[in-house]
Amino acid sequence: MLVNPKSVANHYHRLRASGGLDVVFAFAQNKGAVLGVGIIFFCIVVSIFAPWMAPYPPDQIFVGKYTLPPMWFDGGVSQFILGTDDLGRCLLSRLIYGARVSVGVGFLVSLYAFVVGTLFGLVAGYFGGTIDQVIMRCTDILMAMPSILLAIVVVAVLGPGMFNAVFAVAIVKVPNFIRLVRASTMAEKNKEYIIASGTFGASHLRQMFINIFPNILAPLVVQTTLTFSDGILDIAALGFLGLGAQPPTPEWGTMLADAKNYFLSSPWFVIMPGLCILLVVLGFNLFGDGIRDAFDPRLKK
Amino acid sequence: MKSPILQAIDLKKTFSIRKTWNKVQSFEALKGISFSIEKKKTLGLVGESGCGKSTLARILVGIVEPTSGEVLIDGKSVQSMDSSEYRKKIQMIFQDPYASINPRKNAGTIISEPLVINSTLSKQEIRDRCLSIMSEVGLRPEFYQRYAHMFSGGQRQRIGIARALMMNPSIMICDEPVSALDVSIQAQVLNLLMKIQDEHELSYLFISHDLSVVRHIADDVIVMYLGEIVEKGTRQQVFYETKHPYTKALLESTPHIRPSEVSSKRKLIRGEVVGHVSVQGCSFQSRCPLVVDRCKTEKPELRQADSGHFFSCHVVQ
Amino acid sequence: MKPLLEVQNLSVQFDTLRGKLPAVQQLSFSVTEGEVLGIVGESGSGKSVANLALMGLLPKSSHVSADTLRFQDFDLLRLSSKQRRSVRGGLISMIFQDPMSSLNPCYRVGSQIEESINIHQPEVDSSHRRQHVEQLLQAVGIVDVERVYRSYPHELSGGMCQRVMIAMAIACNPKLIIADEPTTALDVTIQAQILELLAKLNREKKMSMILVTHDIGVVVEHADRIMVMYAGQAVETGKVDEVISHPQHPYTQALLHALPGYHSEREHRTPLPSLAGLVPDLIHRPQGCLLSPRCPFVQDRCKSEEPSIEIVSGRVCRCFYPLGSSGDPS
Repeated sequence: MLVNPKSVANHYHRLRASGGLDVVFAFAQNKGAVLGVGIIFFCIVVSIFAPWMAPYPPDQIFVGKYTLPPMWFDGGVSQFILGTDDLGRCLLSRLIYGARVSVGVGFLVSLYAFVVGTLFGLVAGYFGGTIDQVIMRCTDILMAMPSILLAIVVVAVLGPGMFNAVFAVAIVKVPNFIRLVRASTMAEKNKEYIIASGTFGASHLRQMFINIFPNILAPLVVQTTLTFSDGILDIAALGFLGLGAQPPTPEWGTMLADAKNYFLSSPWFVIMPGLCILLVVLGFNLFGDGIRDAFDPRLKK
Repeated sequence: MKSPILQAIDLKKTFSIRKTWNKVQSFEALKGISFSIEKKKTLGLVGESGCGKSTLARILVGIVEPTSGEVLIDGKSVQSMDSSEYRKKIQMIFQDPYASINPRKNAGTIISEPLVINSTLSKQEIRDRCLSIMSEVGLRPEFYQRYAHMFSGGQRQRIGIARALMMNPSIMICDEPVSALDVSIQAQVLNLLMKIQDEHELSYLFISHDLSVVRHIADDVIVMYLGEIVEKGTRQQVFYETKHPYTKALLESTPHIRPSEVSSKRKLIRGEVVGHVSVQGCSFQSRCPLVVDRCKTEKPELRQADSGHFFSCHVVQ
Repeated sequence: MKPLLEVQNLSVQFDTLRGKLPAVQQLSFSVTEGEVLGIVGESGSGKSVANLALMGLLPKSSHVSADTLRFQDFDLLRLSSKQRRSVRGGLISMIFQDPMSSLNPCYRVGSQIEESINIHQPEVDSSHRRQHVEQLLQAVGIVDVERVYRSYPHELSGGMCQRVMIAMAIACNPKLIIADEPTTALDVTIQAQILELLAKLNREKKMSMILVTHDIGVVVEHADRIMVMYAGQAVETGKVDEVISHPQHPYTQALLHALPGYHSEREHRTPLPSLAGLVPDLIHRPQGCLLSPRCPFVQDRCKSEEPSIEIVSGRVCRCFYPLGSSGDPS
């Protein structure tokens, strides 16, 4: 009974998709993904070097220089490349510092969701039975609520603020991870190599974290990058509603909220933070899709 | 008479499957299996898919609990042993070389795993033992760092054998160890299995659906059909003085390689293995060419034909 | 007599990330009417690729070339896609290894067979079609036709599914059936039944057959001629009994000797003679004969020069020093 690949094409895919280097190679051929990496890389560099790149501190107020347009419009000055906001702060500086907040928030949200989701997902998938039922019904309840509404409820309970917002958004993202990890674990735990480890007396912890976990990492990495962008978006939304970062923190969503009153008179004031959010989220999505395609040989040419 | 190293006494296993709503259906995967293996001997186990071979193997290595019955190693019940002592006696080699080794680990880590779990040896000692076992099964030392996906099927199977040898067991359960391999690689792995059996004084339970492989390697043979032993005896008795009609059918169905041995009027048995519905009488009745009325009502017991040669059939004498 | 299928110098290459992979090289064979050709080889020998190339079923990353690829009067390399569809399934049909995954799990077996008839013979009206399907199911040895007709694939056993696949394959009375490892996934007793069925179709309906398998025993019992493949090349072709009893190519000999059942009088538990080493990496091919790194009879010439196909008394062998009847190079 040959267990060899069912079709020949499959056989050659196995040859091609076997190594880690091949994944990188396939990734590099995807132009969108490379663009995504470029955007993410730029964003990270900007957030690390914000104090050196920004012309002014983000909360420095220039009296009398309110709502100046970008320098290439009538009335703009070269001192403020992208203009100033309603309190006379340099918009470019605030956007640069805002990158710091957004990247940090995205990172925290996906880290939290990753750790908690993986833990519960592994336990649910590995043990099955009653534990599985309890965990999965809880995630069902979490998923039954509109995500932004749930985040608002959590923030309303904990009080507004950056960290509470991060916590709220992370809770919303956890069920996706639990479901993904559980499904992959259930597929993996009946494979012969796990049974083989069982015959040497491997403990449950060893089976879950040393044997199964590395093998379900590929879909998890994809989910994590997508959660990164989702998290940024949700935090911006909470900020816009006044429940996330509080002024004067230079957070893009909060800036958007401040700018909405000036939408007609100074549209760039709205457009700039909006564009930043759009670009970063697009970058992470392109990156995530690229990784998924690279890992999945079926989607390859 | 020598005392057997492994004994299975009346092993039974019943699985219950939950069907739609709350209807629970149970089926007997093993219906009372008893056999024994002597030291340094090979017991071949033959049967088609669904006969319970894999369940039996898993019970013997302790991943599946039998519903009833007992496994004795050196006359001692495995339930009274602690986990580590048990694992040191009995190890298993798996069928699918692609599924049975962890794709994200390197060869060294995979082979060392049993000792990492079950011993207090230092890293260096484990590594030394790993390298010496690797050379014994024909893996070069530079493979130590290599990841699973870089190995061919035959090499993966050698990794599986090395891993099982690490604990220095006295019994090895080989669950179709060569069926997934190409002919020339199959011969290499069979040779290796025979070599390490002599060097390590191992006893094998060799499970296979390939009769010619079992005929080549086994000393004693048992034939299973739908969770029961239908015939058991020495290799000579089962293959050349065949009694049970199912064993005969298996032998008839296996393609011959010598053109001169191909007989034009072979008898094929009809039908297929009927799923696990409990039937009255003999479980082979629906396919048996010799079936008589008695087979449909009365279950045949294992009868002795010669010394050590048992079979279960009403009709054959 | 003009053969039904003629293949001359068929080559298939795959583009891979590591370079060009020649999966099949200069493969030539023919199948006459009513004949069963057995193709034997280990995995990666190109036996399945060659047949998929005949059917035009290879993925786009492959390059197929041949001097001749002729079936009846069709040039298989230059078919329009419409002609190709009518040849495929209508004149040549294929049976695959895994019957469970070759059937669509969402539809009843009966309607899947009807569908395949509908494609190739749209003129048959629906009531006749049903009748035709039932006849087909009977022809492949299914007793309770009515039940199988209404079953979904998962309700049938592997052997039953393979019978259904065969019913689909013979629905349009093809001239040639390509069976790619048709019994590999099945148990021995079921395998024997399916092979018997194929042999019966070959006898009664005069269907030619290409039987691709890794199991030499299957070919010995059911084929007229055998082609042994190694690393994308045919190394030996000839009548089954001649090749099996007196192999001329060292690879064929090694393959036979490695089988535990080849010598029935073989001593119990003696080591099996087997070729050392592995199948060569086709992207970085060894110089000279592809078997030279593993061949027990290797000479200096084999390491530098690649042997071409020699025809000696009706037998085709790709070796400079073919083995004599004693089993040693003559």
